[in-house]
Amino acid sequence: MKLTVEEVTAVANLACLALEEDEKERLTGHLNQILEHFAELQKLDTSDVEPTDRVLPMVNVYRADEVKPSLPREEILAAGPLTNYEAFIVPRVVDSSDGKSA
Amino acid sequence: MSFKYDGFMTAAEASKALASREVSSRELTQATLERIAAVDSKVKSFLKIIEDQALSQADRFDANPQSFPGGLAGVPGALKDNICMRGIETTCGSLILEGWQPPYDAGVVTQIQDSGSVVIGKTNLDEFAMGSSTENSAYFTTCNPWNTRHVPGGSSGGSAAAVAAGEVFWALGSDTGGSIRQPAAYCGVVGLKPTYGRVSRYGVIAYASSLDQIGPLTRTVEDAALVMNMISAHDPKDSTSYPEAPPDYTKSLKRDVSGFTIGIPREFFGQGIADPVAQAVMDSATVLERSGARLIDVSTPNVGYGLPCYYILAPAEASSNLARYDGVRYGMRVEAGDHAEMFRQTRERGFGAEVKQRIVIGTYVLSAGYYDAFYLKAQQVRTLLSRDFEQVFSQCDLLITPTVPTTAFAIGEHIDDPFQMKLSDVCTSPVNLAGLPAMSVPCGFSDGLPIGMQLIAPAFAEERIFQAAYTFEQATDYHKARPSI
Repeated sequence: MKLTVEEVTAVANLACLALEEDEKERLTGHLNQILEHFAELQKLDTSDVEPTDRVLPMVNVYRADEVKPSLPREEILAAGPLTNYEAFIVPRVVDSSDGKSA
Repeated sequence: MSFKYDGFMTAAEASKALASREVSSRELTQATLERIAAVDSKVKSFLKIIEDQALSQADRFDANPQSFPGGLAGVPGALKDNICMRGIETTCGSLILEGWQPPYDAGVVTQIQDSGSVVIGKTNLDEFAMGSSTENSAYFTTCNPWNTRHVPGGSSGGSAAAVAAGEVFWALGSDTGGSIRQPAAYCGVVGLKPTYGRVSRYGVIAYASSLDQIGPLTRTVEDAALVMNMISAHDPKDSTSYPEAPPDYTKSLKRDVSGFTIGIPREFFGQGIADPVAQAVMDSATVLERSGARLIDVSTPNVGYGLPCYYILAPAEASSNLARYDGVRYGMRVEAGDHAEMFRQTRERGFGAEVKQRIVIGTYVLSAGYYDAFYLKAQQVRTLLSRDFEQVFSQCDLLITPTVPTTAFAIGEHIDDPFQMKLSDVCTSPVNLAGLPAMSVPCGFSDGLPIGMQLIAPAFAEERIFQAAYTFEQATDYHKARPSI
């Protein structure tokens, strides 16, 4: 099973990455090398094995539903690349005339 | 000022000198800054020095030393630049966060400040902690103080090099698949990855959340215990933080391992382990045997699957964690037409090649049709690995292994070979998958470059590691060796 440049481009699109052409080629080569090593795992029979997603024997951690101070809005906005002192400014995502996505 | 700093006083010695008023924290901090000014052009450990803030933290200690008793109060250290400190630029080694000033302190930074210690700067790392050499930093490559043509390891390479070069008394790193222990081994310093949950992850920029853990890099085992005493605590802001109070790790600094059974897992000494490394680690096991430990051969049959398992799970988690860098709320933005193109171009320009590669791998293994074959499979293999460790720890108290198969490679040597570089994580990444604590301890040299041994313990049994590591260190002289930087 070898990945093609087109498949890598499609995956990059899912991850919101616009790759340069030469980058797509190089990445496809690297990914195919790495996938060969991943194939090692198929040698193991894991049909009766539970998956592990966390290692600590802890379950849900609860706290009282109390309002606590949060960070001041102006400090959060200060880190934004483009703000108007009360919101982050982004390109328009809805069309103003009919409400449809731009 | 009568105080002379040679760069290699230990943190414990500095703490004693402060307690006896031989030196002030301001003098220690200034001496550290002078040492950095003298050697950092050769080592390049630091992304940022925060002189003014460091001196004001030192003055805060000096004004009231009795209110900060013992530990690392007044003793300057450094943070890997993926640990947030309020108002101080935190880049994570990435262009996408260039100039970003976190509006809050990480849990460990609060602990450091409450204890009266001093942070002197932020150290270099592979971008988003992804790498084994600091060559993936968007800014520059740090050099190994033992031989500046070689890498310091990574991703916490800046922290390891800073400690090895005598630029700071202690440093914090983070370890997802070996990122504290591997650079510790390459730079000849002590590096501990604590049990998952022992140290708060609040405010450490996430790479793979089920594996990441903050820990110390120091010149001695005692100093590592002092750092652990400072940073181990339950933090309600990290829901994976362990609720039980940590022990006083300095109580484990005993020169005796009688009663300990130490396992030598044969799979960690297999193909790819350089002869001088295997020899140095076996010799170290003998040192521990002479100090009273019983050595036994054990087997962790699935450990060879750790590396592919790690390189599926870590990128999968990273692809999700790094989705937040979209140019909206912080960091770099590339304006490019509509919002979707803005996200795509921001991420294209802001992330480096290795980060993009791992995001694509992670997205692929989580995507419909491949999830079961890769991601679920790797989670099942993770279970098998944990069982291997459980099984061997029913026979022994600790494991001893090499930390890394070889000594530090040359800068540029593996840059075009993605898997060769990743092989340096072969002995360390299984430990993260099982959530266990492990320490790299200097145990030899080969061609002038340091060798590290790894001591692995069951979850929350760091005290055993400290006891064995201290016993070994006191019986040998490797921690006294200094690079001639």
